[in-house]
Parts: sequence; C-alpha cells; structure tokens
Amino acid sequence: MTTAVEQAPAIPRASTGRPSWLAGLTLGRALTHLALLVLVLIWTLPTAGLLISSLRDKDQLAVSGWWTALTTSETQGVTRIGTAEAQVEEGGRYFIRGNVFGTDTNKTVTAFGLSNAAPGAEPAGGSVEMTDGGAITVQADGAFEWASDAPFAHTRGPRIFYVSAIAPRFTIDNYIEVLTASGVGRSFINSFTVTIPATIIPILIAAFAAYALAWMRFPFRGLIVALVVGLLVVPLQMSLIPLLSLYNDIAKLFGATDGKTYLGVWLAHTAFGLPLAIYLLRNYMAGLPREIMESARIDGASHFKIFTTMVLPLSFPALASFSIFQFLWVWNDLLVAMVFLGAQQDKLVLTGKLVSLLGSRGNNWEILTAGAFVTIVVPLIVFFALQRYFVRGLLAGSVK
Amino acid sequence: MDDVLQQLVGAILAIVIALAACVAYFWGTNWLLDRVLSSGSSSGDAMTKRDNLRSSIRPWLFLFPALLFLSVYLIYPVFETVRLSLFDGSGRTFVGFGNYAWALGDPNFQRSVLNNVLWLIIVPSMATGFGLVIAVLADRLWWGNIAKSLVFMPMAISFVGASVIWRFVYDYRGEGDLQIGLLNAIVTGLGFPPQAWITMPFWNSIFLMVILIWIQTGFAMVILSAALRGIPEETLEAARIDGANDFRIFFDIMIPQIWGTIVVVWTTITIVVLKVFDIIFAMTNGQWDTEVLANLMFKWMFVNFDYGRGSAIAVVIMLAVLPIMIWNIRRANAEQGTR
Amino acid sequence: MSHLKLTDVSKDYGHVQVLKHINLDIVSGEFMVFVGPSGSGKSTLLRTIAGLETITGGTLEIDGEVVNHRAPSKRGIAMVFQSYALYPHMNVFDNMAYALKIANESKDEIKRKVEAAAETLQLSKYLKRLPGQLSGGQRQRVAIGRAIVRDPKVFLFDEPLSNLDAALRVATRLQIAKLHQEMSKSTMIYVTHDQVEAMTLADRICVLRDGMLEQVGTPMELYENPQSLFVAGFIGSPKMNFFNGAIAGKYGAETLGVRPEHLEISDREGSWSGKVIHQENLGSDNFIYIDMGGEEPVVVRADGASHYTTGAPISIAPMANKTYRFDKAGKPIKG
Repeated sequence: MTTAVEQAPAIPRASTGRPSWLAGLTLGRALTHLALLVLVLIWTLPTAGLLISSLRDKDQLAVSGWWTALTTSETQGVTRIGTAEAQVEEGGRYFIRGNVFGTDTNKTVTAFGLSNAAPGAEPAGGSVEMTDGGAITVQADGAFEWASDAPFAHTRGPRIFYVSAIAPRFTIDNYIEVLTASGVGRSFINSFTVTIPATIIPILIAAFAAYALAWMRFPFRGLIVALVVGLLVVPLQMSLIPLLSLYNDIAKLFGATDGKTYLGVWLAHTAFGLPLAIYLLRNYMAGLPREIMESARIDGASHFKIFTTMVLPLSFPALASFSIFQFLWVWNDLLVAMVFLGAQQDKLVLTGKLVSLLGSRGNNWEILTAGAFVTIVVPLIVFFALQRYFVRGLLAGSVK
Repeated sequence: MDDVLQQLVGAILAIVIALAACVAYFWGTNWLLDRVLSSGSSSGDAMTKRDNLRSSIRPWLFLFPALLFLSVYLIYPVFETVRLSLFDGSGRTFVGFGNYAWALGDPNFQRSVLNNVLWLIIVPSMATGFGLVIAVLADRLWWGNIAKSLVFMPMAISFVGASVIWRFVYDYRGEGDLQIGLLNAIVTGLGFPPQAWITMPFWNSIFLMVILIWIQTGFAMVILSAALRGIPEETLEAARIDGANDFRIFFDIMIPQIWGTIVVVWTTITIVVLKVFDIIFAMTNGQWDTEVLANLMFKWMFVNFDYGRGSAIAVVIMLAVLPIMIWNIRRANAEQGTR
Repeated sequence: MSHLKLTDVSKDYGHVQVLKHINLDIVSGEFMVFVGPSGSGKSTLLRTIAGLETITGGTLEIDGEVVNHRAPSKRGIAMVFQSYALYPHMNVFDNMAYALKIANESKDEIKRKVEAAAETLQLSKYLKRLPGQLSGGQRQRVAIGRAIVRDPKVFLFDEPLSNLDAALRVATRLQIAKLHQEMSKSTMIYVTHDQVEAMTLADRICVLRDGMLEQVGTPMELYENPQSLFVAGFIGSPKMNFFNGAIAGKYGAETLGVRPEHLEISDREGSWSGKVIHQENLGSDNFIYIDMGGEEPVVVRADGASHYTTGAPISIAPMANKTYRFDKAGKPIKG
C-alpha cells in the first residue's frame, strides 16, 4: 500500500547525545508527529466521512453527523393515529392499535406525549389520558394501543409525539438503491465502456511515436518533440467547439441526429492522452542504455525489430505508468464525456451521473454518498494497487 | 439489459478492432517498406542507397498515426477556435474582435477573470506549500510513508467525487438543527452560528479552492519528496558541521537545491487551475459569484450555443497558458541539447 | 579474409573534429589494439568501423569494398561493448541466439551454434538465466559468446574489461588471447586505455592522440622505438622518465628519456644525484622516487629486496644504449 513512497533516507538528524538538547528535541519530534497527524486527518476525514455515511441507515444519516455513527442517536417524531374506522371491539372495549414507526424496527421509543411542546411527557410503556376519551399506551418498540370503554367517533386522528432512539445500524441498502433505482449501475457500465478502450488504444500509437522521437534520426525531430511538449498544456477547451462541429458534420453525413457516440469519445480521449503518453514514453525510452540498441543493430535488428523485441518489453514500467494515468483521467473525466457523449440518462458516465444526482437529489445524502463512493472506488483500487507505477510516472512526467 | 450487453460487446469489439488495426498498420507498413525497398538482391552501393532510403521513411511510418490524431484533435482545433472567436454565434458573420470586446464589458466575464486570478494565486501556492511541509514532516517519521499514501489518495478521486465529498463537509442545516456537515458541526461546537458556506460570496470561492488544494497537494508532495531525497546528504551534513540549525539548513541548503522542482510543481498546478471546470460545475455552476472562465465557456457553448463567444473565452484561457507552454518547450529543448 | 583499410578517415561533430585523417591497414587475422588517453578518439574510431557512427571524410573498406554507409549488421562484424549491452529481458540463450534468429537461421542450427559457444565459454549451465542473475565475469563471457556465435569476420571490443575487478580482468584477458588463437582467421580490434592490456594482447598497437594516429607497430616496436615523446611516455609502466636542460644537453637532445627499468643505482662517473623522497615496494620490484630538482620525481626500478631511506642522497645512471633522445618537436633523434 505504501510502496509509493519508497523508504526515504531520513534527513540526517542532529545527534541526540547532548542532554541540554534532549528536551528541545523530543518536544520538536512530538510536534512533528502532531503536525503531520493533523494534516493527515484533514486529508482523510472528508473521504472517511463519505464512506461511513454511505453505509449508515438513511434516517440516521439525515439527522446526525457521521462521527456519531457508533452512538445511539435521538430523534423526535410524530405520527397520526387512525380514525374511528380503524377501531376494533374486543370484549366490550374498543381499541385502536398500530405502530408509531410503521414497519421500521431499529428504533425504540423512549418517551411520548400529546403535544409538540412536550414530546417526552410520558416514558415508554406508560399511558396518557386522551381528550377524545380513553387512554393511550406506547410501548418501547413503537406499538401503541388506544383503549376506550366507549366506541370512538372521531374523524380526525389525534397526533402522538415521541422521542425515539435509533441504534447504530450499518447497511448496504443505500448502495443497492443507488445501483438499481438511481441508474448508477448503468453509469458504472458506461464508465467502463468509455474507459477501457480509451486507455488501451493510445498505448501502441504513442509507443511507436515515442520510439521514433527517442531513437531515430530524421529531420524536424526536435520540432515534433517541442510540439508534443507544447500540446501537453493546451487547454481542452480549445478543442471542444471545433471537434463538436466536426462530429456533428460527420454524423449528418451518415444521417444521424448528433455525433454523440462511444467511438467519438474513445477517439477523443485517445488523442487527448497522446501528448502525455508520447512525452512520458519518449523520456523513458531515451533513458534506455544506448549500447543495447547499438548491439541489436549490429546483430542485424531493424528499427522495427528493435522496437518490438527490445524497447517495448523494456518500457513496461513506463507503459504501466501511462496506462494508470490514462485510466484515472478518463474515468474521472466529466467534460469530454459530457460534450462528446451527451447528457442522456442511458449514456451518462459516473461523473456525469453524480452531477445529475447533485442537481436532482441534492439533499438525499444516502444517495449522494453511496453514489460518490461507487464513482471513486475503482480509481482508488487502481491507485492503491499500482501506486508505485503511478508515482514513477508522475516523477518522469514532471521532474525531468 | 440487452442494450447493456450490446454496449459491453461493442466496447470489447472496439478494443480488439483498434488493437488489430494498430498492429496491422505498423506491421503492414513496415513489411511493405522492407518489401518494396528490399535490399536482398542488389549489392554494394545500390543496397546501401536503399537501406538509407528506408531508414529515412521509417520514422514517419512510426509517427503517422500519432501525428494524425494530434493534428485532428489538438492542432486543427486550436486554429479553428481562434478563427471562430472572430465570428458571431452562428459562425457565419465575421465580427473581428467583437467577441473579445463583449467579454471585456461582460460582468460575468470580469467576475470569472477575477476569480481565476484568485484561484491562480491561492491554489498553487497552498498546494505546493502543504505538499512541501508534508513531504518534509513525513520524511522524518517512521509512519511517514503511510501518511504520504493517505495524503496522496485524493489524486485518484475525480473532481466531481471530491466535490460531493466536500459538499458533505460544507453541508448546512438551519440554526438549531443538528449539523451533519463536519465544518458546521465544528463551528457550532465552538459556539458560533452555522453558515451556508457555499453561498457566501468571496468566501465560497475559497471553499471551492480548498477542494482543488486537497486534491493537488498529494501531487506536490510526491514530487517534492523525491526532490528532497535527491539532495546530496553530504551538503546537509556539511551545513550541520558548519553550525547551521534545522531551520537554516531547510531554508539555506534544501530549498535552493529543490527550487527548480518547486517551480515545476507550481506551474503544473497552475495549468490545472486554469482549466478547472468540474468543481465549479458540480458545486455551484457559477452561482453566488463563483464563476470561472472554463465554466463560463461551457455555458456559452452548451447553454447559449454561441460558438463565437465560447471560442473567445477558450482563447483567453489559452493565452493564459501560453507563457508556461513556451517556458516548458524551452526547458525541453535545453534538455535535448544536453542529451 | 577480412582486410580493413581506412583511408583518410575523418569524423566531426559540427565544428569538433574527433578523427583527423586516419590512414590504417588492418590485415586479416590480426589483433589490433587502439590505445590512447580518454578523448583521443579511439572509441569513435572503433564505432565508425562498426558503422554506429558515419564517417564524414575518407573511405572505409572491408575486403576491398567501400562500406562507408553500409548498415552495421551488413559489415560482417560483431562487437563486445564496455557495458556488455546484454538484453536484460532475454536469457543467456536468447541473448546469444538473437542475431541468428534475425538472420533467419534454422532452429537446430541456432541451438548448435549457441551451445558450442556456451561450451567454449563455460556458460552451458547458465543458458536459462537472465543477465541480472549472472556475475560480472559471466556477463562478460555472454557478451563474448554473443559475438562468437555470429562467426564474424571482424571482432570489435570496446574496453571490455573496464567493468571487471583486477583478478577477473587478468583471467578474461587470457581468455580473449586464447580466443584469438582459436579464431586465427578473424580480425580483432580492441579498444583500451590500459597499456598493459594493449601490450599483452596486441599483434599491433595503434596509439591515438587528439584524433590522430601517433604510431602503429608491434608492442615491442612501440616500447623500443617510440616515434614521439607522447608514445614514449604512454607505453611502459611506470612511465618513462624525462630529463630536460643540462642532463639532456649532454646527450645532444632537447629531452632525454630513460625508462625506470633502465636506470641503475650507481655512483660511477657521469651519474646523476638526487634525494629519495618515497619508495613503493611491490615485493618483486622496488620503485624509488627521486627528487632531482625537476617538476616530477624520477622513478627508478630497483630490486625488491633493496631498501632506501627517505631523504637519503642517491646517485643513479642510465644503462648504456637505453636512452631515448628527442628533439624540440618531440621527435626522436636518430643514431
């Protein structure tokens, strides 16, 4: 997990030999621990909160912070009792029965009352006189019983207010709902559909170009390298409008209504990933030992042969780095997918879906947290599994 | 379900076809080249000549697909966008610098530029600063690698995902209600009234910047940590023997040696900031004075369908990137010279 | 048959001339060593012969055919690199077989050749190993084996021993000498900056300096008959002592050169006196460093059993007919 950041040769520390320094040093080290701990907490708590919340019961989630997830939370509730029609007669007495929670089971009533002002007037299990006659008893499990000697005649049920305790409960219900009912499941598949080809297609194209730029001699080579470096930072925004027009023109040519196809997105992502791919791979390939290439040349290998039998296998780490970059970038992309794939529900990728959920279900945190976690879980797995290559790629891409 | 299956099959088919096409192209053209200009039968000078001709054609066969993609998807659009920015919304009537003149007078554009400048000042400096601090601290502690891994993690999270994570942190409930957002819980816990962070002008931009800082710090940290480890230890030891304390060593010896890397990190984050779109789009969509250029451009392109004004805004972003681009190219050229 | 003929060969990178008008004949079956200090152009010369660098002037002929622009693989050469340049992702067998596979030789033929070469080089046990799992000496042998299997007309060695430790270097040197005897028809060209390697291996040595040929000849010719001050100083270890001024004047020369082994401790008439400043006793020989007022101390080889006190005065004299006289231009004075 932590291979990223391989064992650092620790910064040399002052010798702890002298006693007069000792006090200051231990204090300094304690502060170092503390400072880093605080920073790490700031960086991890938001994500942790999201993950914990997504696994909480949705009623609890809405009323208490995720940091209270392990404690019992209290809420107030109100329910309206049935009208006279709901009464049953048993042995000359009349009853109206029910449960204040409906069917919910993980809550317990701690107290109840008849007015908003005093929802906890009577502890659970006690009974309260009703103005419409009779008395009502509410049990801890939420079951209530309103008993009266005379038949009920009211047409509007009175309200019971109660204080309930919600036991901590973790559930994957949110995920089930998000994946099925909210269409996130479909978007998950869409994201894979976009990402996998868009990650694989550029690799070979970039590798050949990178080899040519690293090891072959031809006119304008320096110019093309400079071009690639320049294109690394060209904002995507520069490409959107002309490409969209181009796609629509081509679509018209084929009689389609718009140019929003998976093929279009794959090609766009391929092209947008190429500058980085060529740059990374060229840097890596240029660092391969020259003598190996020369030896292969003397052995009679053509450039093509050298590329396929020497450079490609030896460049595996760089290819892996780029693949991870491209995968994360495409998976996490919102703009390209929105522009070239559109915002129709059945074509939304996960990022697009999440934005649309933010708009439509902005306060349903059980949906948002679970949806967000579904969105980030794949990159996180890729990241933690292949962190070493990811870091290597970052270093090759920027410190050179 | 059927169309899902169809879609997956389509994706797999696309991978297979694309790979096959690549392989066919590269193998095919090379085979053809060796075939057409074969050196088998001839000898001596003629053979040498053909060998040389082949080796002058081959690089272009290797480069062709990449150059084609780059031309169609990046180079041509740059010119086309510049051209479109000189036309009206429909792209038919030439308006000269009309779109730019409009932009200068447009309050939303002015607001966006102002916000972008704020983002440019705050995000790269904070991300680089935090990254450096964490790198230095983590290198001294036994659990530093775990710490680095955790700080680095947001790099893998999409801007949209990060936006949801932080929107949850910023969540606001009316006064008196129990706060479920971490920030308001802390604020109310300290006895202050809760705030609707996302709708407070000016400060809300800062809260959006926090999201990007949170993501980019890991990047800065990893790069700077590697640079710090690349400092020859002898120089630090020499400074210690010369009597410098930890702070002097840090500022006099370490910082100057990694200065180049700091600049690279800073500019890299600057580029990200200039293009930032997802966070604003997901969090506020430019409301409450949080508009930035990339989001404004998207609105003119996709909501108003005015390609002229959209292009003009894109060109403005491009112009902001241009100095860094030129600097990068110079640096790359200098390196090539030494190789 | 593999006769190499270099005529007026030059090579420049922009304005920097690395090779200047080299004329050289290397005959079939010869072991030729290029020697010179770093930057003398010896490696570049080897690489132009290999075809890894193109020459910018003159002609390069192999067996009478001009091959200036011919691809390296078509020159009938094999090369052993300083870093060995083994293909790290291929095992020993594949490393040696690579060139043969490219030449489309049959599987059986490849197997036979590789196994034969592995046998000669005691590599049979390691054929399935990757280069990373071999010791330095084994890697070196694989590199040589890779050259052998191609049965080339010309072997090129680019400082092949410089990455080995001292003991292994001696052993591998012997192996290369043996290889030369066994493959007597193949021409071998060997680059080194170590004059011991040059003296022990070469049929002929070619001394280069600043991109120019200083002298070509057999090791003994170079030792006994250096054609310049530079060659005199370069060949022989420890290097030749040079005397200027009065001492040289007595011999009618601008510079007088005497090898350490040709100086004896003697106070006979005409001897030179100085002070012992240091001695290096190697057991068999004792090298005495003597201050005679010049910039560099004079070195004398004495018997290993001898002992001289630092600071003690000492007298030395050259053996008869073992002095080299050079004129102002650094050229030897005949007679």
